[in-house]
Amino acid sequence: MYGKGLRPLSIATVVAIAAGLSLVFFYAPLDADQGFIQKIFYLHVPLAMVALVGFIIGGVFAIAHLRSGNRKWDAYSYVSIHMSVIFGVAVLITGSIWAKASWGHWWVWDEPTLVSFLIVFLMYATYYPFRYAIEDPERQARYASVFAVTAGAFVPLNFMAVRMAQSLVHPRTFGTANGGLPGSMMFTFLVCLAATALLWVTLVKLELTAKSTSGQLKRLRRALDAPAPGGGGSRIAPEVS
Amino acid sequence: MIGLLLAETPALPLDEAGKYVAGAYVVFLVLIVIYVAIMASKLQRMEKELRELASFAEHRADGETAASEREEVSADV
Repeated sequence: MYGKGLRPLSIATVVAIAAGLSLVFFYAPLDADQGFIQKIFYLHVPLAMVALVGFIIGGVFAIAHLRSGNRKWDAYSYVSIHMSVIFGVAVLITGSIWAKASWGHWWVWDEPTLVSFLIVFLMYATYYPFRYAIEDPERQARYASVFAVTAGAFVPLNFMAVRMAQSLVHPRTFGTANGGLPGSMMFTFLVCLAATALLWVTLVKLELTAKSTSGQLKRLRRALDAPAPGGGGSRIAPEVS
Repeated sequence: MIGLLLAETPALPLDEAGKYVAGAYVVFLVLIVIYVAIMASKLQRMEKELRELASFAEHRADGETAASEREEVSADV
């Protein structure tokens, strides 16, 4: 069910990523201030935006789960958060590389944007132990959904708080003071953002397909493991770990 | 192909800056590759389990057919 449309989506993602990379290295002009280093922007910022939106989407799915009680929404929420955490790792690493190249430090603790992202990331890193500490599947799904809703609400609040903070260290992508990005850079950025969003959707779909297939296999194992009609009671080998 | 691409590339400053930019993009690529490798190992596990279940189902079906044939033979006798 989840695998439907995965193939065209994957092809679209590969095409979008190829287009994005081509634009970054062959079309977008060098930044007057940062020069070639600024090329990291086309990778780092879309990853950060998609990761943060992914966390919010995870919260929205969690609301759907709490409202309907349908476990499908919990799976969507879990996979959205899982994928955003992976994207978050990429954001932190690429951000650190950019910081080292531009500021000479791998990490700057008095920069609100960096620290706030780290806080969000660490908060979501606790989602896994929190979720898997609960054995009962129903309670696990319900508590995880409450966590996802609360944390998902924190993400935009955190973003707004950082925006309101007066810092001139971290570059503002869409700042209005200097007129924002030039057209060619903005176009390249939007293509990269679309490519990153497509990658996120594709990987979420892939993960959901894998989870669904694994669940179907368990169902099949349980059905086959039931004693054959007429007795016999033959049992199959234990599940592959 | 790579030669043509490099020829088209507008004088990439592959010194200090290039190292960092390449590092950032390589990190992203490595993360994707690790993820795909994990998914591939999961897929292998599922394939193994599916093969095991298919062979079990076949054996069970064969056993049931043999049992029904035996019942038919004994009824004829």
